[in-house]
Amino acid sequence: MRIELVKRPQHSALFSALSPFIALVLTLIAGAVMFSMMGKNPVEALYYFFIDPLRETWSLHELAVKAAPLILIAVGLAICYLSNNWNIGAEGQFIIGAIAGSALPVMFPDFQSPIVLPLMLMMGIIGGAAYAAIPAWLKVRFNTNEILTSLMLVYVAQLFLDWMVRGPWRNPEGFNFPETRNFHSFAILPEIWPASGRAHWGFIFAILAALALWFVLSRTLKGFEVKVIGQSPRAGRFAGFSRSRMVIFAFLVSGGLAGLAGISEVSGAIGQLRTTISPGYGFAAIIVAFLGRLNPLGIIAAGLILALSYLGGEAAQISIGVTDKVARSFQGMLLFFVLACDTLIHYRIRITRPVRASAPEVQSHV
Amino acid sequence: MFESILITIATAATPLLIAAMGELVVERSGVLNLGVEGMMIMGAVTGFAVAAMTGSVWLGVFAAILVGAAFALLFGFLALTLVTNQVATGLALTLFGLGLSGMLGESFVGQPGVKLGAIDIPMLSDLPFVGRLIFGQDPLFYVSILLTIGVAYFLFSTRAGLMLRAVGDNHVSAHAQGINVIGIRYLAVIFGGACAGLAGAYLSIVYTPQWVENMTAGRGWIALALVVFASWRPWRIVAGAYLFGGVTIGQLHAQALGVGVPSQLLSSLPYLATIVVLVLISRNRRLTMMNTPASLGRSFVPDR
Repeated sequence: MRIELVKRPQHSALFSALSPFIALVLTLIAGAVMFSMMGKNPVEALYYFFIDPLRETWSLHELAVKAAPLILIAVGLAICYLSNNWNIGAEGQFIIGAIAGSALPVMFPDFQSPIVLPLMLMMGIIGGAAYAAIPAWLKVRFNTNEILTSLMLVYVAQLFLDWMVRGPWRNPEGFNFPETRNFHSFAILPEIWPASGRAHWGFIFAILAALALWFVLSRTLKGFEVKVIGQSPRAGRFAGFSRSRMVIFAFLVSGGLAGLAGISEVSGAIGQLRTTISPGYGFAAIIVAFLGRLNPLGIIAAGLILALSYLGGEAAQISIGVTDKVARSFQGMLLFFVLACDTLIHYRIRITRPVRASAPEVQSHV
Repeated sequence: MFESILITIATAATPLLIAAMGELVVERSGVLNLGVEGMMIMGAVTGFAVAAMTGSVWLGVFAAILVGAAFALLFGFLALTLVTNQVATGLALTLFGLGLSGMLGESFVGQPGVKLGAIDIPMLSDLPFVGRLIFGQDPLFYVSILLTIGVAYFLFSTRAGLMLRAVGDNHVSAHAQGINVIGIRYLAVIFGGACAGLAGAYLSIVYTPQWVENMTAGRGWIALALVVFASWRPWRIVAGAYLFGGVTIGQLHAQALGVGVPSQLLSSLPYLATIVVLVLISRNRRLTMMNTPASLGRSFVPDR
């Protein structure tokens, strides 16, 4: 038995829409198998993982808190991946955005005014974009592989954050804990609906960013340029689109959004800088981008699903005692299934039996 | 003193060398597997767990190789059979490996491991200066050297190596010649995974015999960078791996001596060095184009 791919004359609209759902179902099945191998009741485990967190208002708020950075980062990454720029260092841009935005409340705690928050957000965006500009510039100027440079910068950013909160920015009244002082009230991103839960304005930013980029991608020349350069650089060149300018554009947009995600997380959800401010949002967002089929509207839904896997991990740890690291295995598996199912869009899969020896004329050219 | 520093450089360089050598073969066949980090960390957790449970380091090493190869097979099925995007699939492998290893290894955190010690050839290892350097290393050091010799010989002096390079440079022509493109790529990918698994086991059995989550700390990615640095030539990988081993050990010694620089800055040196080296090597576009396997990262669907 062997698997053969037969190219479809046109890409399949049906599987285009269905493939993320098939991938989700396959992930759930694989998850059930994984839980039974761990000696847990798979139905119960999946219930605690994916249904239980949706039953109460406060945990829906937590869902929005976790989905905000994922969506913000992923829509930026979609621009990168559509234009064939492989930015995988969003985690680092998230961290640098958070540090840049935190400079005001940490270094000038006495500067308290309503203008602080907008300034912080702006600095977060600039910080993230500037950090993303490094691999972009290296790619344009020196032809350096952006995958490796953007990833290396993640480690550098993590070490830089570690140094900042243990060294120059450590809270002077913090009993030597590695964290900055708590942000004052003007530096806190407000909650959307404080009466019922923690969800902050970061989620609104995420939805707005997704809608804006959806508009850019589907209704403007710039969006067309992104797709042409991504699918056929040669055609892009004939159309007069500059590949170098697109590299810079894609990295600045995705870095800026990752920076905004970083400062929103710190000022909305945490309230200070610590040695660790992200449970791998920058990497999980890569999965979000692909699960959303690189479409900003799809990414909103995908971001909520990945956020649910984070919450589910915590819930399952408390209720049935599996480690919350299960969540990250789930996320990795999901990306596998998404990529595998995307094959169905362009190819028909045919499973054939090995050719018998009685048909030598067919066998000869295998 | 100097001698012992050289030996520790070898222990830092060996895992990079092994993983990069595997990836070199993969990329020479035209496949870009960005999952090295994921296969390596799975090798590390498997090697540690099996060695700790059975008490046999060699069983641990063997299991790590098998798991690395199995993970690579998963990549191969997606990227070669289902022709998924190789970059994205490699990333998926890394993310999955990091997640799964954290989950499987949770009960081994803080547990004592089993260490594969250095061998000691009597008489020879007592030679002044070169004695321990050449005759008193851990067994996997010798494996890494043999691996380099083997890969260099295979790629440039055997017919199979020529076929593999042909597949990597022009898969359409290779297919027209009757070479089984997908089959060769599968074998290369599995070999790369086995090497990455072995490199991971080196970390958790020889380098620091313990299990820590994310203990590969980007070494898989540095190995990928080394392949570019080496312009896809086996012996240059040795130079690159020892250069990075030197940077790693150098910054550790600087931290221990307490020079007046933040330890975090010193720790980030290997990553910054990777970026600098990549810039230096890629700025000559023509040279890079000439050395890069021409079909690298492109999927192949045989037309029937």
